[in-house]
Amino acid sequence: MSARFSPGDAVRVAERESAGHVRTPRYIRGKRGTVERVCGRFGNPEELAYGRAGAAVTLYRVRFAQSDVWPHYRGAARDTIDVELYEHWLEKA
Amino acid sequence: MSAAHEHADRSDEFLEQAFREALLAAGVLTQQSVDERVEFMYSRNPALGARVVARAWVDPGFKTRLLADGSAAVRELGIEVGALKLVVVENTAEAHNVIVCTLCSCYPRMLLGLPPEWYKSAPYRSRVVAQPREVLAEFGTHISNDRAVRVHDSTADMRYLVLPMRPEGTEGLTEAELQTLVTRDGMIGTVKL
Repeated sequence: MSARFSPGDAVRVAERESAGHVRTPRYIRGKRGTVERVCGRFGNPEELAYGRAGAAVTLYRVRFAQSDVWPHYRGAARDTIDVELYEHWLEKA
Repeated sequence: MSAAHEHADRSDEFLEQAFREALLAAGVLTQQSVDERVEFMYSRNPALGARVVARAWVDPGFKTRLLADGSAAVRELGIEVGALKLVVVENTAEAHNVIVCTLCSCYPRMLLGLPPEWYKSAPYRSRVVAQPREVLAEFGTHISNDRAVRVHDSTADMRYLVLPMRPEGTEGLTEAELQTLVTRDGMIGTVKL
């Protein structure tokens, strides 16, 4: 299965509540960033954590401008944060 | 560090011990498998990461391969990294990189061994993502505003290693001598070399 997003694509992290073993930090939900690279396909940790098979999902590294993540960010305008996110948490932005 | 934090650390130890003993009693683990794993992890230390960094400093082709596919390049050096998916991020005149795991304590153990206590602490994990320049300053690391600070949150399957800038004035050093200059915190990105 091919990756839905490519490096350079603008994406938005889904803003939804979730229970269980989720690897999408709350601080990044709802934020817009750019795909930095496609990391490959990995078992979905949200299933693996409960002993299920864990269907393979595509993992991305997404780069966010810090000033887009934190409203009162005090660093430089070029500062970034990269977060690994699974495809089912990403939407087209 | 607060007394409450130290108490929490002790609770974690008790929990780990109780859990391990239960798994041994149930036959899920054997004492031998636990010992072998502990011995393996103690064989891992920042000297391995330092070998990788020093090689990248002296061999531009290796550096290119390291930045493209960290795990494959590290295996070239004969370092066994198992299933590690390594991403190497390079410090340059334009950008300084720093690593964190906000969700737990993911860390490139195969190359650096066990993480320091501060790396696992809630204050580091919660603050370095939002106030990286302030946290770096507390480590004595001051990054001018014309360089980007890039934070890397190890949220999933990748593990990160910072490739520090080669210190000035080290042109005459051998690869082995260069290795001794590379520190653990330099490869986490909290200090400059």
